[in-house]
Amino acid sequence: MSEVIYMGEKNKKLSEKIEELSGEKITLCEQCGICTTSCPMADDMDITPAGIMRYSQIGDERVVDSEAIWICASCFTCTVRCPRGIDLAKVAEALRELNLRKNVDHIDVNHLDEELNELPAIAVVSALRKFTS
Amino acid sequence: MQKFPYYPGCTLKQTAKNFEKSAIASARAIGIELVELPRWNCCGAVSSLTSDEIMRHVAPIRNLVRVQQMNDEGMLENEYRLITLCSMCFNVLKRSNMVVTGDAEMLHTINQFMDTEPDYEGTVEVMHFLEILRDVVGFDKLRARVKKPLKDLKISPYYGCTLLRPKEVGIDDAEAPTIMENFIEALGGEAVDNPYRSLCCGSYHTVGENKKIVAERTYKIINAARRNGADVIITSCPLCAFNLDNRQKLTKEMHPDFEYMPVLYFTQLMAIALGKEEDAGLEDNFVDPRPILRERGFLGVKQ
Amino acid sequence: MKIGVYVCHCGGNISDVVDVEKVAEFASRQPDVAVVRSISHMCSESGQRAIIDDIQQYNLDKIVVSACSPQFQGETFKKAVAKAGLNPNMVVMANIREQSAWPHHDEPENATEKAKILTAMAIEDIRKKEPVEKVTLKMGKNVLVIGGGIAGIQASLDLANAGFNVYLVEKKPTIGGHMAQLSRTFPTEDCSSCILSPKMADVAEHPNIHLMTYSEVLEVNGSIGNFNVRILKKPKYVDEDKCTACNKCTEVCPVSVPDEFNLGMTMRKAIYLPSSTAVPHSHVLDEDACLGLKPLACGLCSQVCEADAINYDDMPQYINLKVDTIIVATGFDIFDAHLKPQYGYRKYRNVINALEMERIIVEMAEGHVIRPIGKDIAFIQCVGSRDAQVGNLYCSRICCMYATKLASLLKRMDPSREVYVFYTDLRAFGKGFEEYYRTAQELGVKFIRGRPGELAEDPESKKVVVRVEDTLTRKIIEKKFDLVVLSVGLVPGEGTVKIAEMLKLPRSADGFIKEAHPKFRPVDTPVEGIFVAGCAQGPKDIPDTVAQASAAAARAMSLMNKGEYEMSPIKAFVHEDLCDGCGLCVEACPVDAIKVAGVAEINVAVCKGCGACISSCPRNAIDLRIFSNEEVMAQVDAALRDKKPGEKRIIMFADDMCTYTLADGVGTAKLKYNSNTYIIRVPSSSRVTPEMMVRAFEKGADGIFLGECEAAVSPYPDTLKVIEENVKKAREMLARAGIEEDRIQYSPFVTVMFKKFVALANKMLRMAEKYGDIPEEKRRRLGMEKVIYHE
Repeated sequence: MSEVIYMGEKNKKLSEKIEELSGEKITLCEQCGICTTSCPMADDMDITPAGIMRYSQIGDERVVDSEAIWICASCFTCTVRCPRGIDLAKVAEALRELNLRKNVDHIDVNHLDEELNELPAIAVVSALRKFTS
Repeated sequence: MQKFPYYPGCTLKQTAKNFEKSAIASARAIGIELVELPRWNCCGAVSSLTSDEIMRHVAPIRNLVRVQQMNDEGMLENEYRLITLCSMCFNVLKRSNMVVTGDAEMLHTINQFMDTEPDYEGTVEVMHFLEILRDVVGFDKLRARVKKPLKDLKISPYYGCTLLRPKEVGIDDAEAPTIMENFIEALGGEAVDNPYRSLCCGSYHTVGENKKIVAERTYKIINAARRNGADVIITSCPLCAFNLDNRQKLTKEMHPDFEYMPVLYFTQLMAIALGKEEDAGLEDNFVDPRPILRERGFLGVKQ
Repeated sequence: MKIGVYVCHCGGNISDVVDVEKVAEFASRQPDVAVVRSISHMCSESGQRAIIDDIQQYNLDKIVVSACSPQFQGETFKKAVAKAGLNPNMVVMANIREQSAWPHHDEPENATEKAKILTAMAIEDIRKKEPVEKVTLKMGKNVLVIGGGIAGIQASLDLANAGFNVYLVEKKPTIGGHMAQLSRTFPTEDCSSCILSPKMADVAEHPNIHLMTYSEVLEVNGSIGNFNVRILKKPKYVDEDKCTACNKCTEVCPVSVPDEFNLGMTMRKAIYLPSSTAVPHSHVLDEDACLGLKPLACGLCSQVCEADAINYDDMPQYINLKVDTIIVATGFDIFDAHLKPQYGYRKYRNVINALEMERIIVEMAEGHVIRPIGKDIAFIQCVGSRDAQVGNLYCSRICCMYATKLASLLKRMDPSREVYVFYTDLRAFGKGFEEYYRTAQELGVKFIRGRPGELAEDPESKKVVVRVEDTLTRKIIEKKFDLVVLSVGLVPGEGTVKIAEMLKLPRSADGFIKEAHPKFRPVDTPVEGIFVAGCAQGPKDIPDTVAQASAAAARAMSLMNKGEYEMSPIKAFVHEDLCDGCGLCVEACPVDAIKVAGVAEINVAVCKGCGACISSCPRNAIDLRIFSNEEVMAQVDAALRDKKPGEKRIIMFADDMCTYTLADGVGTAKLKYNSNTYIIRVPSSSRVTPEMMVRAFEKGADGIFLGECEAAVSPYPDTLKVIEENVKKAREMLARAGIEEDRIQYSPFVTVMFKKFVALANKMLRMAEKYGDIPEEKRRRLGMEKVIYHE
């Protein structure tokens, strides 16, 4: 069974929102996939980084709900490799923010299996900034 | 002593005390005094990457204002090169500095927002301590100061992400860096290749449920180092250090074939090489580096 | 002075909107106007006849045609007045169709008023105009061709066969270039060196070609018709005429060094034959590799040379030539794969570049196995092309097809091989290319759409691990290969960069030499008399290179064949009585056409007539023929004459190449913009000095707009910078007089920016309306302002 995506106003709006929030021109992506095999986290993602770009281009909501955008650790490897010069780390950040700005946290820091003070402060601070609103 | 302003950041006062201690002692041994910024604050650890979050630059920039104040108040003599040790703090401070100095309007907004502070004038240059060693001190001069060359010690440099990327922030070529290798050679050690030297360790995934991601990276990075004959790994990031060092425990649980390898801050080896072993803080590392260092004759010779 | 004015109806195109009779009546009241006619079709035979008859009957000496664009019919009327015995410069057109009737078609009264003013501007222009003599140069038949690859070879042969005298200079010891290194050519799979070597031999034997190999162009001075060239001929230590290529010297030579013809994969001796098909077919002694020449350390080669061809005392020679035209065919370099360290070139044993693969295949065909290549082979496309990370945004155009070719050849040699091509977009656009791509697929070559981020080496087997997203299945695939071939792109060669700098040829953003016009002058450079062919101009395959080489040869011939060359008469000239020889204009000239010998002198052969020098002169001693200060200012004055209080008039200076053409295009498309904009045609807006801008305000202009070609398409280098500087100075003067600085605006254009043109024209008017009239007193103060020259 093939899925048909009926492109509507919603798709256009989402693409525009991602572009605005990331400040990146996502239509520039030529889908070469270099980001995917540069990404150290790609194996743990439900959508590949190039897939994230494609879903963003067509404005498919599923990219906002994906796990992949949370797996991205902002390591910037894709950013330094993209032949079109797109800063994909910014696109992933924009997609996370689309969730966080609905006041939905991705982790619950009050219920961790380790004491916060055993972890490096930068680990906790960055996790809070990336995963909570 | 040449005085430089120095930004420690939170983690150097917490899980990475040995980083700070060894760095201050090493710097002193080569004639550099790290003068800690008064009233510094947390930089935020990661830069906000969305186009609209101007306010997230306030915390980093406030620290840069301190550098101006130190110069204004005579604590420093016209020294605006701010030294950082933690790679993540380095990245955040440098990035914010670049963003606001390249955008007059944003600088103005931020200055207005920090109305109780003096205006930031864009005069500070954020540098990593490794850059100071390469560009200000020079690796040749460092080599000349070495008292105990780390002869035959095979060291795998681990750059991680934030020293190198993005390109405009990085201190070396993002794809083919050499600064750590040259540093190792200056200490008399042998740098071994590691194809994963700039592979992300998993970073803040160490917090919470996804720490297995980190353990997998640790497995990959340390095994590659071992395959290439490394005795130890060095890094300059307290988060990478935690992930590569402390998370070896989890790695071992997941991969029984895994063998521990010491992970040190680059300054810890530097302190040893410069004869400041007592300040190297080796007792704080999770995987104890002392057995191998002692075995190779780098420790305890003075006693 | 007797002027005839002819107002054209253009079969209703004009007269349906503009009241042509009113325009004619208005013209008849202008000074020196002796005859006025309104005629249905001025460009027709009868319209032209009317002009010719009137000139003869009424002794008219100057003509104004109020009709369409001079870019459209200017040549027609120049020819007409010349037929009647006038200098062709004695006619000016007022463009009342594209600039009035069409863009203002819904406001006929304003269109008529504007048409009157445009006609008055043309009348004032022609009143100042003087006859201008033709500028011609004597041309000989000598051509310098720089570069002995297939482009240089083809151009040289075409020229030599047509009877021209060719000097072909090649820096390597043999001609042939990259083509001589290739295995086969796509899509026909011809043996590359087999089809090339007969042409190389023709070059060597042609009586009209003076071949200089192992030689470099050191210096070029002068200009079209008179280029002075200095060439260094490096010592080969072997007499080309005596050497029989018997190879005995090579056999005894004790020194081995990497062979550059095989990209260092094999060794050659210090004395060697550059390739098996080398032309000249002579050995050469590599002085850097030789054990020692001065004093002689070895001498074995000379002892075995029966032809007595070896001369250890050979010296560099310097040759001076005078040529009339130059063809630059300096070719390309392959992208240095070291610049993508993540692909492990020269770090991983089994990663090579595509040119190395070419050599491996050629040598294999001759029975030499340079290196093992294994069974599983991958090609990685776009290495160094289409990559913002290395600053090369362009497509190298040949890699898709050469990879397809190499993959096909490998598969044909051994069908059990697995050959993969990892690509982003497969471009098979040329004749026979798509069919060839299909053939490769029939052979079983696998094309996978994905670009790998990095390559890894298996530590034990040394195989190369390719990990790539198959972007069509969205799955990451990983496979080990015996060999990975990097399909490296093309970059402008070191030689191309050096020669471009030496000849002052501008390069485009991709670094290759820029053509004078991307559509209509594809092998001309902006420097007259210098042409470009082959990959020096941009990546291209062999057929395109050969076509371009023949085109460049033909263009060079068309310049030289007549024995004289007629240049554009638009040239800068110097009022020698005003010039004090300060030399500021020398620096201002973007093409180095000015030198100072007491006073400034213009080399008319080099001057391109942009006028960028004019504003540099503190003494107003330099000016431009046909677009002189006086002629341009006469139009400005006429455009502002009889302006009523509250009425707004904007002067737009439009460069001929882009902005003027664009304005015509806007008019032709009947796009509306305000009728308050008066366009003055100039070769380049850089000829509009700060004084001229200020004087226009003094005379009542409400705004000034300068349009100029975007740098990428401009026939003149760097004029935008001059405009920026001039505008800055003029704005300073406005500011000192208390007038709003942004009444002066400028913008780069290309000829298709219709919307931008309309928007900017209307913005100028809105601004003028917002600011209101400039008070008399401020205009007077402006009259006392002087340009401050920053020296």
